Amino acid sequence: MAVERFPVEAGHIILFARAVGDKNPIYYDEDAAKQTEPGGIIAPPTFVQSGAQFDADYGLRPKIGERWFGSGENPSGSNAPAPEGGDKPRGGGGGGTGLHAEQHYEYHRHLNPGDVLSSTTKPGKTWEREGRRAGKLKFSESVTEYRDQNGELVITARSVGVQTERVVEQ
Amino acid sequence: MALKASDLSVGDTHEEVVVEDLSRTQIVQYAGASGDYNPLHTDEKFAVEAGGYPTAFAHGMLSMGLTGTMLTNYVGDGRLTKFGVRFSRQVFPGATLTAKSTVEAVREEDGEHFVDLTLSTTNQDGEEVVQGSATARIDA
Repeated sequence: MAVERFPVEAGHIILFARAVGDKNPIYYDEDAAKQTEPGGIIAPPTFVQSGAQFDADYGLRPKIGERWFGSGENPSGSNAPAPEGGDKPRGGGGGGTGLHAEQHYEYHRHLNPGDVLSSTTKPGKTWEREGRRAGKLKFSESVTEYRDQNGELVITARSVGVQTERVVEQ
Repeated sequence: MALKASDLSVGDTHEEVVVEDLSRTQIVQYAGASGDYNPLHTDEKFAVEAGGYPTAFAHGMLSMGLTGTMLTNYVGDGRLTKFGVRFSRQVFPGATLTAKSTVEAVREEDGEHFVDLTLSTTNQDGEEVVQGSATARIDA
């Protein structure tokens, strides 16, 4: 995944802060934010995850004119027959599934509205182990570097995904 | 607002309830803000009938975001230098989560002061859902 242009916007920061239940005025109120040490609105620490909004190829967002794998007439769009000559939707559930196992951020500076980021992601290590509740687990790591409009590295993110053999037992 | 090295000791803890009775609507709100519309999180019919889960469940990143709210309340605005987590257990609607940080080390590096924290977020049954670590710049 590479994102060419991820504009950091004040409205998006508000929506994100609300979603993670964070009432800190530094995310909502420019005047209040001026009185803080950073001196202006910043983004919450996990905000860069929403760069997915700006990734043209991101598979977990319905795309206009494309079939989606979530429920509609059927529990999954993946269960429905593909239209003639058409593709089945990507993704889908059933049996094993891909889950997020770890996420790590290193902050070189904090983000402000008006920043325009770009990111590049490189694959990292892969490993396997036998899980207690979900069968064989296949882990894969990726490292994403977020750079600002001046090409400066602002956040380094390391993500670990896991593909489980079956649904996690509760 | 920011923490002071002189006030901190290894083993100090800070905890906050970061969500009570997590709603499916908040999970949808997170999907909308983050852009992760995976129907395992937002589509009960898909999660149960196609995914095989007992119900739709929260994004791991929502648990991390909620944990981050406790963390930035504690260390102050713009002070985090590192924040990492491992998702140990899924979080389902109805969850009440408590995020806790424990001081692991207070140290000085190139004239700047830092605190290293371990993090643990637990659900209403006392099960750990997120474990992690963080580092923040602090005052002397």
